[in-house]
Amino acid sequence: MAALDLDVATLKPVETGGFDFGMTARNEQIAAAAGGRPMPQPMSTGTTICGMVYDGGIVLGADTRATAGSEVADKNCEKIHYLAPNIYCCGAGTAADTEKTTELIASQLELLRLSTGTQSRVVAAVTLLKRMLFKYQGHIGAALVLGGVDCTGPGLYQIYPHGSTSKLPYVTMGSGSLAAMSVFETEYKDGMDEAGAVALVKNAIRAGIFNDLGSGSNVDVTIIRAGGASEVIRGYETPNDTAPLRAAYARPKALIPPAAATAVLSTVVSVSDADAMEL
Amino acid sequence: MDLNSQEFYGGGLKEGEVSTGTTIMAVAYDGGVIMGADSRVSTGTYIANRVSDKVSHLHDKIFMCRSGSAADTQAVSDYVRHYLGSHAIEVGKPPLVKTAANLAKRICYTNKEQLLAGVIVAGHDDADGGSVYVIPLGGARPRPPFAFSARARRRRRRRAAAGTCLKVPFAIGGSGSTYIYGHVDHTYKPNMSLAECKVFVKEAVTRAMCRDGSSGGIIRLVCINADGVEREYHTI
Repeated sequence: MAALDLDVATLKPVETGGFDFGMTARNEQIAAAAGGRPMPQPMSTGTTICGMVYDGGIVLGADTRATAGSEVADKNCEKIHYLAPNIYCCGAGTAADTEKTTELIASQLELLRLSTGTQSRVVAAVTLLKRMLFKYQGHIGAALVLGGVDCTGPGLYQIYPHGSTSKLPYVTMGSGSLAAMSVFETEYKDGMDEAGAVALVKNAIRAGIFNDLGSGSNVDVTIIRAGGASEVIRGYETPNDTAPLRAAYARPKALIPPAAATAVLSTVVSVSDADAMEL
Repeated sequence: MDLNSQEFYGGGLKEGEVSTGTTIMAVAYDGGVIMGADSRVSTGTYIANRVSDKVSHLHDKIFMCRSGSAADTQAVSDYVRHYLGSHAIEVGKPPLVKTAANLAKRICYTNKEQLLAGVIVAGHDDADGGSVYVIPLGGARPRPPFAFSARARRRRRRRAAAGTCLKVPFAIGGSGSTYIYGHVDHTYKPNMSLAECKVFVKEAVTRAMCRDGSSGGIIRLVCINADGVEREYHTI
């Protein structure tokens, strides 16, 4: 038998793109060996997201805060993702996971539309998502609120990271879901009109923004109308906009240094040879 | 040791996993079966869904009561529904409940290291009438069936361990079922009428829901017999 001729180059991992959790166990082992210090945490959308069914479609809502630990990583991020012209999806959990999973499913749905020549169905989107999330056994940290309107009418689902789903008339997810749910549980009624539904979703998200540390900044709203265009409203309400407050605050004159209060001694800029950087 | 406990079963819920901490049951009566379940789905201490449907449709007259991980049991029922649908088209007639139970058992047993799924498959077919099958956690580890003698119980347990399907006159499952073993063993009568059976199921599920923190919401009943399928729900 001929000796194995191993080419080192062929042993390198194949770069196929997509998700790979092959190193998970190894990384956990290394982390444990390093004295159990925690691994760096990814940016998460400690979040309030929600959605509800109304008389003529679906309203989805989300806050816009992204956190990394206790720090606000993004004050105005977008959590309502596009899946199809008639289907949108709010994401909570690991920001990168919600972003990439919804992108992937959106592209699969578009290919399916081109191949069948029909409008995407909400159950199709839910099935694609739950199968993918179940396959990855919860390692993809995407908790989703999916809403859309198709030939069967409006449909609203919640999808957990492990791949379980439920179909409900109103749902909330994320760290602020308890605050938002309390608003729905007191105010929701079957067959509300669009204005009432948008106001209720807004109030549910506000409850998250003001009562949950992981949620904050603005309210985003998306309306998906039966037999009409979907409407994405970024910054539907901005209860934490500081610009007007800053504009209203006037500094006492005495504290403002007059122009040219500091004498200009020299305006020559020189770079010494020793530390010269390559500019 | 409780066969449902995590020490016994290696898998267990993963962190943050949704569970159907549940009360489910199915009872064969004179002419069909009645399946019952509570409607609570929880993540830790939070109720993720208070009106869920744990009685999943597998075919026209075959249903599955799910307990354990919501994601796992939904995946199992989706697979069984798929295979059973193809099978029914292939044979050109309604599938047997026995077939559905065997499919579910095979999926649960071959993937038992990955799954946390305890299910009851029940329904009606022309060959066997109403029948109930239990598939406990692990796929082929039955709990001692009720209303059997100790000898029959041992014999059945051995048979089930060898990979047979466990047919029972009635079955209870989920975390809430532990509270009502005594109640159901005491109250169960063979060959009940539809009305008697409904009362039996409703009463048992209600008692379990009242004692078990992970069970609650509404009671869902599915009555399956030669005439068709009827669904109803009750609030307490």
